[in-house]
Amino acid sequence: MPRLNIVQAVNQGLRQEMDRNPAVIVLGEDVGLDGGVFRVTEGLLARFGEDRVIDTPLSESGIVGIAIGMAAYGLVPVAEIQFMGFLYGAMEQLISHASRIRTRSRGRYHCPLVVRTPYGAGIHAPEHHSESTEAMLVHTPGLKVVVPASPYEAKGLLISAIRDPDPVIFLEPSRIYRAIKEEVPEKEYSIPLGVARRVREGEDLTLISWGAMLQPMVAAANHAATEGISAEVIDLRTLSPIDSESILVSVRKTGRVVIVHEAPRTGGLGGEVAALIAERALDYLEAPIVRVTGFDTAVPLPKMENYYLPNKERVLQAIHHVMEV
Amino acid sequence: MPRKPIKQFSVEWLQILDEQGQPDRPLLPALSPKEIQSLYEWMVLARVFDEKALALQREGRLGTYAPVRGQEATQVGSAHALGPADWVFPAFREMGVGIVRGIPMRMLFQYWSGDERGSEIPLHQHYFPTSIPVGTHIPHAVGAAWAAKLRKDPVVVAVYFGDGATSKGDFHEAMNMAGVFHLPVVFICQNNQWAISMPARRQTAAPTLAQKAIAYGFTGIQVDGNDIFAVYKVAKEAVEKARAGDGPTFIECLTYRMADHTTADDASRYRTEEMLKPWIAKDPIKRLRKFMDIESLWTSSYGEQVRTEAERRVAESVKEFEAQPPPDPADMFRYTYYELTPPLKEQMDDLLNFLKDREPKKE
Ligand SMILES: Cc1ncc(C[n+]2csc(CCOP(=O)(O)OP(=O)(O)O)c2C)c(N)n1
Ligand SMILES: [Mg+2]
Repeated sequence: MPRLNIVQAVNQGLRQEMDRNPAVIVLGEDVGLDGGVFRVTEGLLARFGEDRVIDTPLSESGIVGIAIGMAAYGLVPVAEIQFMGFLYGAMEQLISHASRIRTRSRGRYHCPLVVRTPYGAGIHAPEHHSESTEAMLVHTPGLKVVVPASPYEAKGLLISAIRDPDPVIFLEPSRIYRAIKEEVPEKEYSIPLGVARRVREGEDLTLISWGAMLQPMVAAANHAATEGISAEVIDLRTLSPIDSESILVSVRKTGRVVIVHEAPRTGGLGGEVAALIAERALDYLEAPIVRVTGFDTAVPLPKMENYYLPNKERVLQAIHHVMEV
Repeated sequence: MPRKPIKQFSVEWLQILDEQGQPDRPLLPALSPKEIQSLYEWMVLARVFDEKALALQREGRLGTYAPVRGQEATQVGSAHALGPADWVFPAFREMGVGIVRGIPMRMLFQYWSGDERGSEIPLHQHYFPTSIPVGTHIPHAVGAAWAAKLRKDPVVVAVYFGDGATSKGDFHEAMNMAGVFHLPVVFICQNNQWAISMPARRQTAAPTLAQKAIAYGFTGIQVDGNDIFAVYKVAKEAVEKARAGDGPTFIECLTYRMADHTTADDASRYRTEEMLKPWIAKDPIKRLRKFMDIESLWTSSYGEQVRTEAERRVAESVKEFEAQPPPDPADMFRYTYYELTPPLKEQMDDLLNFLKDREPKKE
């Protein structure tokens, strides 16, 4: 089986869905000739032509708004926003329209679009290229939010996102775009949305995260294992709708929880996960739930981003903390 | 009743120096030989800075960098037209403007190295920090101009952006308000003909960007952005008009991005050497030099001296930049609010304790 990185896996997923369904089109800034600034759409223009791979003007609200109209009319647009930090210009289109077309038309119209965008810090980029504000999207009823954490996951989840009848925001972890290679089947396959993944089985505590933070979290879990601590690791994969059951099953088993995200702490999705556990598994808890997160600040420029980002050591500190209680 | 035109519009183009540096004399702006030399010297300084930044980036001493090359006349010429108390709202490629406005080059290097302290612009310099989300700073300039007007400050605001920015809603909203409220703003659009891989014709079906101003009720003009005299003259007129209370102007400076979009880009993926070639001949610095030669303001020893002095100043700034101590992690928290809020204080203490635990222990 070929070993691909996330960029290649997403590219393959896009190509196969476009082959399979002529309604699928790609649009965004620099997605055609340039193949996208991360090269995720490389080769698609040559294969599918200008009608299906559209280099747009620099216009995020336009890209998403137009994708909504296209989707309502019967196409399946996959829009690329160059970085999550530039999605904000399109928030009105997402919050006021994409998420509500179905509701507003009482189910007559739907909006099967996908917005792909790279998110997250750790790529030594200028301001606004390191955002992780997924909670804003999760807080918008009507949107689905998906974050793959590996190449295999990326392809399978993207295919499901494209086939999903509702708008899906697909957040690609730019920090690990090329960092991991793994076997990705050439044939098409899908991973259902709304189902979390157990990455590592364990008995003593549950570690929960998504996207690029899986890496430091798994590293911390592996280190903890050498100290005799058995950590279960859960990758949420879909942030909305969240897979409560998988979280609760694990927490009822381990009784201890650490949640990791690089997004700012206050109002981050970690709070939602913690609330879910407190509501439905409080009796099983043997220690307070601990969050390891980014800070309530703007993501700093590259010289300081390593202070901002949760890392293996900070996760390990949290593991020790919940294990000591 | 027959149909008849009720409004007709035209858009002006201005070029004063042709490619050979030959001037259209009656159009020449009133600049002393000394001022002309200083314009040349600023352009060379901006070019040398740019080359150094690219070299530092290649060596891993700077982060991603967005080169200015080709846009020196647009930047230096327009910045020179502003008064000392006027305000500049830059996008992200305006290092040439910054240098003319007296932003220490040390800080420009620092900013592009990914160090926030590069944005601590001295208060007496009326220069807003870099704005990366394309076009989104244009309304801020309009707001500042409005505030200046309400406060009766005789201040003009210049806002810089690219051709790509004209596709953003913020651009249109800002232009509209500036027109409706007759504000002292000069919109300086550097049409370098590219927005990463997208040629300007992909941003608009209109034959000029300048004409966009017409729809908002004020003047738009297109100038040869590689002709520093044309840029200066039009900018000067726009600044004076704004200061006199006669409202905004939109200036489209037709120039060319001679380098990659940024150091993270590879322009050879979407444009050929053939496309670039004519613009090498139109290089703005060469053009002014040719004019100065014609006017006997140029000798080769002067040229060498300008270059050497620019290199010396840039090298000095690199030294200052590299002598900065590493940033303090507490800085990350200090500027979020006026006062550190309790949650932030807690988070800062957590981080500082975490880092302290990891410092190598002193015996
Ligand atoms: C809102 C937004 N979308 C996308 C980007 C990514 N991006 C950075 S510069 C750029 C092109 C800008 O073109 P233009 O306005 O012509 O300025 P130039 O780069 O030519 O100076 C793009 C798409 C961004 N910074 N902001
Ligand atoms: Mg441009």
